[in-house]
Amino acid sequence: MQDTLTDAQICQPENMVYCRTALMTQAPLSYCPGCGHGTAHRLIMEVIEEMKMQANTIGVAPVGCSVLAYDFLDIDMQQAAHGRAPAVATGIKRLYPDKFVFTYQGDGDLAAIGTGETIHACNRGENITIFFVNNGIYGMTGGQMAPTTLPGMKTATSPFGRDTETMGHPLKITELIANLPGTYFVSRQSVHTPANVRKAKKAIEKAIQYQKLNKGLNFVEIVSNCNSGWKMTPLESNKWMEENMFPFYPLGDIKVPK
Amino acid sequence: MATVKGRIVIDTERCKGCQLCAPACKEGTIAMSKNLNSKGYQFATSINDDCTGCINCALVCPDGAITVYRVKLN
Repeated sequence: MQDTLTDAQICQPENMVYCRTALMTQAPLSYCPGCGHGTAHRLIMEVIEEMKMQANTIGVAPVGCSVLAYDFLDIDMQQAAHGRAPAVATGIKRLYPDKFVFTYQGDGDLAAIGTGETIHACNRGENITIFFVNNGIYGMTGGQMAPTTLPGMKTATSPFGRDTETMGHPLKITELIANLPGTYFVSRQSVHTPANVRKAKKAIEKAIQYQKLNKGLNFVEIVSNCNSGWKMTPLESNKWMEENMFPFYPLGDIKVPK
Repeated sequence: MATVKGRIVIDTERCKGCQLCAPACKEGTIAMSKNLNSKGYQFATSINDDCTGCINCALVCPDGAITVYRVKLN
């Protein structure tokens, strides 16, 4: 019977090995084609579904491309003012210490306007989890230079490339907060290939599990592409990311619990 | 002979034609259709019978448009 199986025989519910998690709503994602945000959303929801934590999870959405995350994630969500997600999550976690509380932020939100909130939440060792999607640009507003923009990278506001003499240096905020005693687990991952997606999911699992230990803030950075902001196709932007972003933002665990 | 047989079902209305799934497939099963969906994207489609159900394409799909089935052959 081997080669005579029809599509209908194979496509039975008992043979299904992967499908979109039910914790993602049916709303079509507002992200550009090939954007890593969709994969990052899905991974977080898959882990929450596997841990059966849907009813005990509160997420905080940022301002940026992922401002509409509350439309896509089928859990309790709160939307914070620009950059203030760690402060809002702090309040939620202190009121509901039994809930799993996370923020989902981009680099314009977390590493620019929200640097103060981020660093102080990390330094206080708030028992929350931060998912940080870094694409080195302000994606939603049209591709302006962000603090995480690489030296020489062309953006709408640095059309000749970022000149570090006048525009400063890119901010490695993940390494910065890893030095703070309040953080417990800090990792940097990406979601552009199947292998990286699997590694990122493991890091997200750890960041969620460690929150139950009450040991401090858990932080996962996801280096992502912004193909429309970088003016490339999705495949070109992933290649550019491997060649340019990863040498500056190396992947891997930065701070692991002893 | 392959001991597993897979099939992918692509939600063509959800697909945005980003093409990330095509290089993720080691069997070369996925290509972009010449047809367009209602949003005007060239959606991904399965072009041959070599799928092993490895789920790599579904893992990288940002929009979660791919459902994967797998059966073991004796």
